[in-house]
Amino acid sequence: MVQHESPTVFAPWEDPEQKPLIRFIDVTKRFGDFTAIENLNLDIYEREFFALLGPSGCGKTTLMRMLAGFEAPTEGTILLDGADIAPVPPNRRAVNMMFQSYALFPHLTVEQNIAFGLKRSKMTKGEIADRVLEMLRLVRLEPFARRKPHQISGGQRQRVALARSLAKAPRLLLLDEPLGALDKKLRQETQFELMDIQEKTGTTFVIVTHDQEEAMTVASRVAVMDHGRLVQVATPDGIYENPNSLYVADFIGEVNIFRGHARALGDNRYEFTWAEGKAPFTAVSERDDIPASGPCSLAIRPEKIAITAERPEGALNAVEGTVLDIAYLGSTSTYHVQLAEGPVIKAQTANNRRISRRSFNWDDRVWLSFTETAGILLPGHE
Amino acid sequence: MTRRFSWFNATSLTFGFAFLYLPMVILIIYSFNKSKLVTVWAGFSTKWYGELMRNEAFLDAAWVTLKVALVSSTLATVLGTMAAIALVRGGRFFGRTLFSGMIYAPLVMPDVIMGLSLLLLFIAIGLERGVFTIILAHTTFSMCYVSVVVSSRLASFDRSLEEAALDLGCTPFDAFRSVTLPIIAPAVISGWLLAFTLSLDDLVIASFTSGPSSTTLPIKVFSAVRLGVSPEINALSTILIVLVSTGVISASLISKRAIIRQRREERAAMAQ
Ligand SMILES: Nc1ncnc2c1ncn2[C@@H]1O[C@H](COP(=O)(O)OP(=O)(O)OP(=O)(O)O)[C@@H](O)[C@H]1O
Ligand SMILES: [Mg+2]
Repeated sequence: MVQHESPTVFAPWEDPEQKPLIRFIDVTKRFGDFTAIENLNLDIYEREFFALLGPSGCGKTTLMRMLAGFEAPTEGTILLDGADIAPVPPNRRAVNMMFQSYALFPHLTVEQNIAFGLKRSKMTKGEIADRVLEMLRLVRLEPFARRKPHQISGGQRQRVALARSLAKAPRLLLLDEPLGALDKKLRQETQFELMDIQEKTGTTFVIVTHDQEEAMTVASRVAVMDHGRLVQVATPDGIYENPNSLYVADFIGEVNIFRGHARALGDNRYEFTWAEGKAPFTAVSERDDIPASGPCSLAIRPEKIAITAERPEGALNAVEGTVLDIAYLGSTSTYHVQLAEGPVIKAQTANNRRISRRSFNWDDRVWLSFTETAGILLPGHE
Repeated sequence: MTRRFSWFNATSLTFGFAFLYLPMVILIIYSFNKSKLVTVWAGFSTKWYGELMRNEAFLDAAWVTLKVALVSSTLATVLGTMAAIALVRGGRFFGRTLFSGMIYAPLVMPDVIMGLSLLLLFIAIGLERGVFTIILAHTTFSMCYVSVVVSSRLASFDRSLEEAALDLGCTPFDAFRSVTLPIIAPAVISGWLLAFTLSLDDLVIASFTSGPSSTTLPIKVFSAVRLGVSPEINALSTILIVLVSTGVISASLISKRAIIRQRREERAAMAQ
């Protein structure tokens, strides 16, 4: 996964002096007796690129709609720049939203759609025309400027919606799945454009995505949601390397999960028993909620598991199995290895050699090994 | 479904159209009859048209009818659209179900009852009957038709379009004017046309609510016909038929033109 690194570390959430741009305080949103957002607390800082991730129906759009002003929290307050936004109507908020359904005006052309918000600002005609052209160029829709929304493709519509929300250069931009309908190449280009815009204008972005890779690429922080609650809010590598729960570990990226029993050895080291009569694994964890002796799970990313023909010398954690399946993914291959104890473990290797010289084949006996810091020890089995 | 033109189809089509249009054709032919007797053909003449143009009473009635239809259909469109918005968008307010049910009442209520109750109302509040009362009466009943037409369009209108407009800085009124209204315009226009025609050919309600100084054309025609059908009435009806068909044909031509022009623009846009 590509990591977006700025030369100076951007981490306002670690600085207690920083004032957040948006602040959710104990926000709950109910529709009838259905709770869409439950007691949510969240700070989003100026110039952040904040990604919301979560399964369908977990409340991402609802969260955005509360920021844009189309829904009011049932309980709690939302502060923008320290002021409660409840009394501010949507048209007075320095917030623009790109709708998941695009919400393009069907009676206006692409051009007029993009100009719509600009016409309601203090810009002159000439400035508006320039800005529209700039936006059209950005999303590569100049040839389609005079078409109506029903005369362009789904991906093009999505780009019009994106251009329309970007045009006013608001302080806070809410993008609800802005790139879902684009092909991979265009999506990556647009991602970089978005990061570029953000760097230039200092706009704060909140973006909903179903694409983890996208969240990892663009976001300064990622929030993983489930059933209206925030499960974890952290930097992309924090989420990936240190998920705080099995839910997050499982939701973000591929992971192998062993369920077993942990016993503290002291010094943050634990002995992890996962199968009857098998040598236990050793794992290191700095978490303080690992029981001294109790049920635990060990989550390991496939790329952290080495696959070898012989048992590696001095490996702490090693198991033997048979290659069940090989998924060739271009730059990497994923081996599905059946352990004698039942579970199928995925191990990933980089393909820096040609296929013809691939080292393992179906039904080969192999050894899987990983270091004591490779796995993430998490309390419980859920 | 086959698209072949069978004899059965041709025959039923012919009979259908004959049933619809033959009476009108006969009426038009007899309007050029020289004879004063409606049923006896005595040669071609346009003299009844001349007579009609000199008949002040008919001309006055025509003018009243037109005035009433224009004003009442416009008022009905504004009020009916507003009612539709309140009913579709108002959320749950007290008496909503009652109101939306009541909107349909005039559609099923016999005209006689509508006319009579309006007459009683006007007498009770001491309103002198005339053009004004006919306008009020027509607005009242045609508003319901407009509201039914517009609310069915509004129900399928995507609310997020309005939200997008608000999000881009529109006030609620501006959002309605620049997004909602253009999109529901066809429904509003057909509502207006419906109200206009309803008002044009209403006889019952108008006769209850009109005064001595304000007779509408349908009332005039009806009372004239009771004394015997005169060729003058035929001429008048022919003029109405011509007016209405010109209206319908030009409306469809205009919309076809608009479509063609739009296509041309689209093609130009594609070619760019
Ligand atoms: N107006 C509403 N009335 C009732 N329930 C609603 C309403 N809007 C949303 N919900 C419910 O709230 C929950 C969260 O909806 P939301 O649209 O925020 O999901 P989401 O996370 O954006 O999902 P997706 O990824 O599919 O877009 C859903 O279960 C949905 O059914
Ligand atoms: Mg959504």
